[in-house]
Amino acid sequence: MNKSYITAYYTDDDALLKGVRQLKEKGVEIIDVMTPFPVHGLDKAVGLRRSRLSRVAFVGGAVGGLIGFFFQAWVFTKAYPINFGGKPYLSVPSFMPVTFEMAVLFAAFSIVFAYLIYFKLTPGAKPVIHDERSTDDRFLVVVKAGEPDETPNIERALSEAGAEGIKLKA
Amino acid sequence: MENITFKLTKKLKTIGFVMVAIGLLALAYGFIAGLGGDRIVANLHLNSFYFTSLGLIGMFFVAVHAIAESGWQVSMQRVGEAMSLFIPVGGIIMLLVFIFGGMHHLFEWTHTEHLDRILLGKVAYLNQPFFYVRFAVFFAGWVFLAWMIRKTSRELDINGDVKYFNKLRKYSAFYVVFLAVTSVISSWDWLMSIDAHWFSTLYGWYVFSSMLVTGFSVIVIFTYVLKRMGYMQHVNDEHIHDMGKYMFGLSIFWAYLWFSQYMLIWYANIPEETIYFYERIKHFDTIFYVNLIVNFAIPFLLLMTRNSKRVSYVIVPVAVIIFIGHWMDLYQLIMPGAVGHEAAGIGFLEIGLTIGFTGLFMLVTFFGLTKAPLVPKNHPFYEESLHYHTNY
Repeated sequence: MNKSYITAYYTDDDALLKGVRQLKEKGVEIIDVMTPFPVHGLDKAVGLRRSRLSRVAFVGGAVGGLIGFFFQAWVFTKAYPINFGGKPYLSVPSFMPVTFEMAVLFAAFSIVFAYLIYFKLTPGAKPVIHDERSTDDRFLVVVKAGEPDETPNIERALSEAGAEGIKLKA
Repeated sequence: MENITFKLTKKLKTIGFVMVAIGLLALAYGFIAGLGGDRIVANLHLNSFYFTSLGLIGMFFVAVHAIAESGWQVSMQRVGEAMSLFIPVGGIIMLLVFIFGGMHHLFEWTHTEHLDRILLGKVAYLNQPFFYVRFAVFFAGWVFLAWMIRKTSRELDINGDVKYFNKLRKYSAFYVVFLAVTSVISSWDWLMSIDAHWFSTLYGWYVFSSMLVTGFSVIVIFTYVLKRMGYMQHVNDEHIHDMGKYMFGLSIFWAYLWFSQYMLIWYANIPEETIYFYERIKHFDTIFYVNLIVNFAIPFLLLMTRNSKRVSYVIVPVAVIIFIGHWMDLYQLIMPGAVGHEAAGIGFLEIGLTIGFTGLFMLVTFFGLTKAPLVPKNHPFYEESLHYHTNY
């Protein structure tokens, strides 16, 4: 399977949206679009699936809350039960602030780490720069190159959709 | 072309009148079955307070978004404006209940012959003349400001001139500040003083947050009903999504205030303060804990995902659950002190009277909706509201 791709750029966000929609119609597989600022409606035009990060966050938060609560319960009933002003050892109201914070903490950490891992931004990763001006004034479209004989078709589709600077990258 | 004038049909009027009739029947039942003045008065008080607050929050929805120069709410603004027409209606009912013997049933501080040391200490504030003066100030301010906002909103719709928009913002600012102060003080007067030996500084905000989330939920319910009747076609998923965010966030906020109040009192364990919760946990425990599940756990879990807030089959039931749930919340605020655990209960009196007040509130709101076109075509933010896209 060819792991190469074709990059092309636009200089205008409206043209980008129109072009992306055209490419979608022609069945060109868009891997990514890089824009210097958020373009409204682009997610839908590219057909991006909704992020699964929210599920990660929910699981992270639930796990964090449970860990927080049960750790406190163990500490204050089994490990170091101390009588605080006559309150019960398993004092649920007292446990709530820490439980809440643990839930938030684990949710946040799980989001951050899942994000970094998914996008291969682990320490020592090599940066992938398709075009140095993609965060400057260029809207970059990264498209799957497919088989070698399909490549000219895709390049033609890109130029018909108004993209410039079409380059094949390995 | 969408029908932009609301028609109060005979069918709607009939439904409303039937509901009011059920309420009157329940009231009669309360007298005939000898349920006691305490319980009857407490229920009248609960419902009139509840629906007056919903009217206040309806207008608050309009006002607070006008101040923020927000655009998306314009599509649903009319519902909030119409709800505020109930404020004087609820006020009159409250006043009648107070005047015709209600004060002695509800408030122990009105029994001036046997005030103990604690109540004597509060007598400069908790006395009937001052109470009625505050009552008059609250309602005068609320009715006047709500009326000015409605009037200006209508002028804006006819005229579209930006000077009316600025006027709307001005009155909205007055309303929001006035409501912030008076909703807190009125909750002391009408709710907290039922348990006059106790007090909590969080109380006013706790009650306000409860009414806030319910008011917004009721706007959603009305909008849904109107859409089903063929109106409000310009209200789209984006608007409902944002209302869902409010319902989700404000339910969490309410729970946060519930917990803050509860935990501090629990932790300090001062008998003078804990007696309040002791009474509720000992004798009203089901409602006390179900309150948390219905008003926090359910909205929190059901409205968490993005899509849940965009489908009517999740958001409308949750809005109804919040509406019922916060009635229950108000029940456990009022009944333990006003009626006591022996006499209190949820029977035909409670349910019937609530149906009656719901019917009355419905009729008043629908009447209010006939007063202005449902679509605020000349509002400067109307176009923005049509193209609004909420982000995650």
